[in-house]
Amino acid sequence: MAKRIIIDPVTRIEGHAKISIYLDDAGKVSDAEFHVVEFRGFEKFCEGRPFSEMPGITQRICGICPVSHMLASARAGDALMAVAIPPAADKLRRLVNLGQIIQSHALSFFHLSAPDFLLGWETPVAQRNVFGLIQSNTDLARAGIRLRQFGQEIIEVLGGKKIHPAWAVPGGVRSGLSEEGRTKIRAWLPEAYATARVALDLFKKTLETHRKEVEVFGNFSSLFMGLVTADGSWEHHGGNLRFTSSEGALVADQVDPEKYYDYIGESVQGGSYLKSPYYTPLGFPKGIYRVGPLARLNVCERMGVPQGDVELANFKSMGKGAVTSSFLYHYARLIELVSAIEFVERYLDDAKLTTGPLRADAGINNLRGVGVSEAPRGTLFHDYTVDADGRLQKVNLIVATGQNNLAMNQTVAQIARAYIHGQEISEPVLNRIEHGIRCYDPCLSCSTHAVGQMPLRVQLIAPDGAVVNEVARG
Amino acid sequence: MAAKTLIIDGKEVSAEEGATVLQVARDNGVKLPTLCHLEGVYDVGACRLCLVEIAGTTKLLPACTTKISEGMRITTDSDRLRKYRRMTIELLFAERNHVCAVCVSNGHCELQTLAYSLGMDHVRYDYIFPKWNVDLTHRMFGMDHNRCILCTRCVRVCWHIEGAGTKNVAGRGATSKIISDLNQPWGDSESCTECGKCVMACPTGALFNKGTTTGEMEHDRDKLEFIVNAREKQQWLP
Repeated sequence: MAKRIIIDPVTRIEGHAKISIYLDDAGKVSDAEFHVVEFRGFEKFCEGRPFSEMPGITQRICGICPVSHMLASARAGDALMAVAIPPAADKLRRLVNLGQIIQSHALSFFHLSAPDFLLGWETPVAQRNVFGLIQSNTDLARAGIRLRQFGQEIIEVLGGKKIHPAWAVPGGVRSGLSEEGRTKIRAWLPEAYATARVALDLFKKTLETHRKEVEVFGNFSSLFMGLVTADGSWEHHGGNLRFTSSEGALVADQVDPEKYYDYIGESVQGGSYLKSPYYTPLGFPKGIYRVGPLARLNVCERMGVPQGDVELANFKSMGKGAVTSSFLYHYARLIELVSAIEFVERYLDDAKLTTGPLRADAGINNLRGVGVSEAPRGTLFHDYTVDADGRLQKVNLIVATGQNNLAMNQTVAQIARAYIHGQEISEPVLNRIEHGIRCYDPCLSCSTHAVGQMPLRVQLIAPDGAVVNEVARG
Repeated sequence: MAAKTLIIDGKEVSAEEGATVLQVARDNGVKLPTLCHLEGVYDVGACRLCLVEIAGTTKLLPACTTKISEGMRITTDSDRLRKYRRMTIELLFAERNHVCAVCVSNGHCELQTLAYSLGMDHVRYDYIFPKWNVDLTHRMFGMDHNRCILCTRCVRVCWHIEGAGTKNVAGRGATSKIISDLNQPWGDSESCTECGKCVMACPTGALFNKGTTTGEMEHDRDKLEFIVNAREKQQWLP
C-alpha cells in the first residue's frame, strides 16, 4: 500500500518547513518533497512604499541574513537612481557582506550542521545540537561561536548594530569605518583564521569517514549559478552571473544580473510557499540549478586569495568538471569562510576604504531597478518597479533558498531512497534526511533561529489518510 | 495681569491669569505627556494625552487648552490618568499602520517615545490596518498617511508660522486626512512654499524628507522656536 511519511518540522534550519516522503506499495521511496509552510508576503505589502525605505524593510525578512537583503535592496535603489556609488561606499558594502558571510557560514557549520557529523548521526537527539557540541568539544564550540561573533562585529562596527543595521542605502552607505573599528576588526583576524583552519581540517577529516554521505546526499547533475568577476574569479557583490554545467562547461557567462529574467523563470508547486526558479532555456524542471557556496565555487576559476585558492584546488579535484555532491556544500562554505577572512584583511589595508564621499544622491532615473548580491546561501535578486515619484509598483524577490528548491527536493528523495527500506524508519535515518536540507543551509525567510530541540513528527499515512505508523520526538 | 494661585499635585503654585494648565505644570517642573502641543503655535487639544483631573469636575480635561483659575486643584498623575493615557496611545497605534522597526523616524519619534514612557508593551485593541497611500509627489518631501496621528501640527505651522495655508484637514473622524490645498497631490500645490516647517513639526514619521531611510529622519523643532522668538520677541537667538 502506498504511504506518505511527513517530517514536520524540519529542525536546525532557519525557518519552518516539512518533508513528505512517498512510499510505493513495495515500501520503496517513490518521491519526496520539501515544503516551506511559512508565508511572508513581502513582495505584495511593499507595494506603495518609497523605494528608499526598502533596504530597511526587506532586511526584516530575516534575522540571519538581513545584510544580504539590505545590500541587494540598496543596489536596486542605485539602479533606480541610475547612479554609480562612491568607491569607498562600494568597498564598505563589500566589507559588510563579508562579515555577513562569515557569521552565517560559522552559524551553519558550528551551530547547525557540525553536531551531526562530529557527534554522529546515531547520537541521541537530545545531545545532537550545539549544546551537545559545547559539552563534548568545548573549545571547538566556543571558537565557532566566537567566529560567528567576529562576523557580527564587522556588521556592527559598520552598521551600528549586529542585526538589521539600516546602513546601506540607495546611493551608498550612511557612515564610514572608524579607525577604532578598523583596529578592532584587525585585532580579531588571527583568531578568526585559526578557527577557520581548525574547521577546514576537521571537515576534511570527516570526509574520510563520510563517503556514503558524499555519494548520496544530493549528488546529481544540475546547473550551477553564481556571480563572478570579469576574469572569472569568485565574487560576492557586483560582477556578473555565470551558469555552468555538472561537466564544468560554461552554459552562460558574464550575464548582466539586471537581465536575470531572460535566464531565470519562476515556477510554483502545490504544498509549498517556496518558488522554484529554473534556467529558462532548459525549461522546468530540467533547468534545475543550484546556488550558494557549492555553486559559487563551481562557477569560479579562482578565489583570489592565497588560502582560499589552495583549498579551491583541492575542492575542484573532488569532481569531474563540477563538484556535484551537496554534502560538499559544507566544504565549500568553509573555503568561503577562510577566503572571506582573507578578503576582510585585504580591505582593512585598503587606504581608499575611508576616503571620499559615501553617498550619491539622485531622483528616479529608471522605472525599474534590479539589485543582486551573493547572500551566504546564494544569489539574491531584488527587482523593483516604481512610479515617477519612487513609489513601488511591483516587487520581485528571488531568494537563494528558492533557487535551491528543486535541488533540495532531489536531495531529500535521494537520501530517502538510500536509507529507507521498508516501514521501519529510525530516528537517525530521519535526521540524515533532514541533514540533506541542512547541506543547503536554507533560510526560510525567518527572523529567529530555533536552537535546540524542536518537535518532530513522522507519520506513515495510507492513501485514505489513515495514520498507519507514527514516530514522534520532542 | 493678575496672578492666580492654584494647587498642582498637592503643591501650591502661582501663575499669571490666562496661562494654561500645561504651561503652569511645565513651569513648575511637572511633566505631562503631549503630542499635538507644539511650542510656537496655538493648542487644539487633539491628542488627549495631557488630560488632567481637576477637583469639582468628573471630566478629564486637556491641560493644553484648559486655562487656570483661582484655587484650582489639579492632579496630573493617578491610576485613572495613567489608564486613559495608555488607552489613548494604544488607540493611536491601532488606528493606522505604525511599524516602528522600519519607520524613517525610528528612534526619533514622539509617538514611539511616549509609548515607551507610558509602558505600552502591547496594544490591546485590534489593529484596523486601513489602506492609506504615501504622497511622494513633492520634489523634496513625502507624506505617509499611515503614520499620521492627525495632531494637526503641520496644519498649524503652515497657517500660523509660514502663513501659506497649504495644509488642511479633510474628512471626518478616524478617516480624516491631512491634505494639501484642495486635496490634490502635494507636488501640485501652488501655495506650498517648500519651507519644510510641516516636516519639522511632525511628531512621527508621517512627514519626512524624501530619500530618508530607516531611523534617519530627525525633526528639528529648534528652527520653529527660533522663528517664533524672532517674530514675536524680536530675538534672533541661535
